Amino acid sequence: MLEVRQLSFSYGDHPVLHEITFSLQPGTLLSVLGMNGSGKSTLLKNLARLLRPQQGRCLLNGKELSLLSDSELSRTVAYLPQTVPLSDITVFEAVLIGRKPHLGWQIQPEDLQETTRMLDLTGLADYAGRKTTQLSGGELQRVAIARTLAQQPAVLLLDEPVNHLDIRSQIDVMDLIRNLTLQLGIATIAVMHDLNMALRFSDRFLLLKGGRMAAFGASDVITEQTIQDIYQLQVVLQQVGGLTVVVPCPDQEPSHRHQD
Amino acid sequence: MAASHAADPNTLYGRLTAHRRLVLLVLLLALLPAALLSLKIGSYPISSSTIISTLLFGSEDSLISHLIFNIRLPRTLAALLAGAGLALSGSVMQTLLKNPLAAPSTLGVSQGAAFGAAVAIILLGSGQTFTVGNEGVLLGNRSLTALCAFAGASLSTLAILAIATSRRLAAEAMILAGVAMGAFLSACTMLLQYFASDLQVAATLFWTFGDLGKAGWQENQTMALLLAVVLGGCIWKGWSLNALQWGDETAHSLGVSPAQLRLTGMLLTCLLVSIITAFLGIIAFVGLMAPHLIRPFIGSDQRYLLPGAALCGALLLLAADIVSRTVLAPVVIPVGIITSFAGAPLFLALLLRRRPPC
Repeated sequence: MLEVRQLSFSYGDHPVLHEITFSLQPGTLLSVLGMNGSGKSTLLKNLARLLRPQQGRCLLNGKELSLLSDSELSRTVAYLPQTVPLSDITVFEAVLIGRKPHLGWQIQPEDLQETTRMLDLTGLADYAGRKTTQLSGGELQRVAIARTLAQQPAVLLLDEPVNHLDIRSQIDVMDLIRNLTLQLGIATIAVMHDLNMALRFSDRFLLLKGGRMAAFGASDVITEQTIQDIYQLQVVLQQVGGLTVVVPCPDQEPSHRHQD
Repeated sequence: MAASHAADPNTLYGRLTAHRRLVLLVLLLALLPAALLSLKIGSYPISSSTIISTLLFGSEDSLISHLIFNIRLPRTLAALLAGAGLALSGSVMQTLLKNPLAAPSTLGVSQGAAFGAAVAIILLGSGQTFTVGNEGVLLGNRSLTALCAFAGASLSTLAILAIATSRRLAAEAMILAGVAMGAFLSACTMLLQYFASDLQVAATLFWTFGDLGKAGWQENQTMALLLAVVLGGCIWKGWSLNALQWGDETAHSLGVSPAQLRLTGMLLTCLLVSIITAFLGIIAFVGLMAPHLIRPFIGSDQRYLLPGAALCGALLLLAADIVSRTVLAPVVIPVGIITSFAGAPLFLALLLRRRPPC
């Protein structure tokens, strides 16, 4: 189980996260929601140790993540940034590099097998020999997810995994993420912007407002009230074919608040 | 066994690996005839068989022995070593800084060496100049010039790294610091030259023309030693360099420290370039071009790309040296002029041939 206790972080004098506390079971998908600048990405970077929290603890099965060495951490926590530069390389090798934390100098048969397995799991088996520069956005995101999974992490951190994808690819990629989370027993944390995608695929929700936790829990924390509170937006929740759908109310005053 | 598994021709990865090893082998084999040709060229004709037998068993003929072992072989080896070293450095810099234009000459290292040489020649008087008849400028104390050039290049490197460290060794910071440092050092060199005598200016200018004739056995030994260290280190860190291609954050998530890798990588490659430039003068374009030339054939896996680029650079500089000695024979044009001359159109051809990224 992943436990985050009282995690606080500030850039210099500017506080960004304030006493974030939550826990996550293996095999569950947590969506982190909130407006731009609410600290979602910063939270993920703190968990990935790209940033060091000033205060608080992160425990995985009772073990402090901050005490792990860089290589131990890379075998435990995988992080997918918002944007990844393209490299002119085959899909197979783009996934194989995810084995880096487990690799010695020489490639072992299990590294190749594990890479092939991840390509199969993400539906990329037929793409193995293609150059990543020839792929569509949705396919590229699958490659990136396959690479993080090749690390065999216990915790998977995804920063806006379906941004810039068309609606079909968004559903496919989220479906893939949820299935693999369950199948491989990973604790997955995804920063999400699309409330409907989050509601459809996540088990848990963490709502951030100005770096503070506004709510944490199952889908019942997503109410018209909490959304109004977090996004300053009036919405209606509707049931469509067993799915809860968030619909922004028409005729709302533009907020005129300056966002990033 | 692991190695045999990776090379299994029935798997995609096995085929990729086999192809890359073949490219390396072809490059290695191409060096042999090129080196032989380089040893043959000269005003005194020596047959190929004589060259080979002299190299293997020595020669009774003291003239041939002298020509090969004291004049032609050091020059050929210098072309191989300097070409390999410059290309390797350029290739590593391009990966570390994620910039296809990164190279010793675009990052202020060469300019640092030129400034060091100018200090030695103009201020320290190491370039005692003599006029021989109506022509020619002879450099006096060559080792002092080389030492100062090395110091200049190293100081330039350290300054760039120090500036970039304040920006957490980000790639862009390093490139911008390098460009600024290069411009600043060029201005310093020009200022020195402005107040120097004509002969001193001519001597500093002469020094900057990269010339393989300056190398002897001792220089070659130093270059070979450093090249072996840097190449070995790069291949050892091949997987980390591969991880860096996916960005600093991904590399970090894969257990690689981008800042540490960038610092040690830049230090080692700049050291190698500094030594080569101090010994031979400025040889532009080899470091920039060799990685771009070989990448379409060998791919971006650094464990193969780096040795491939080194072999390609060795071949390029050897070819340029052969041209420099034959095109206006018996006049030998400094090889740095040839590499820049041939490099610019070759580089443009490479650029135009490549499909634009989608």
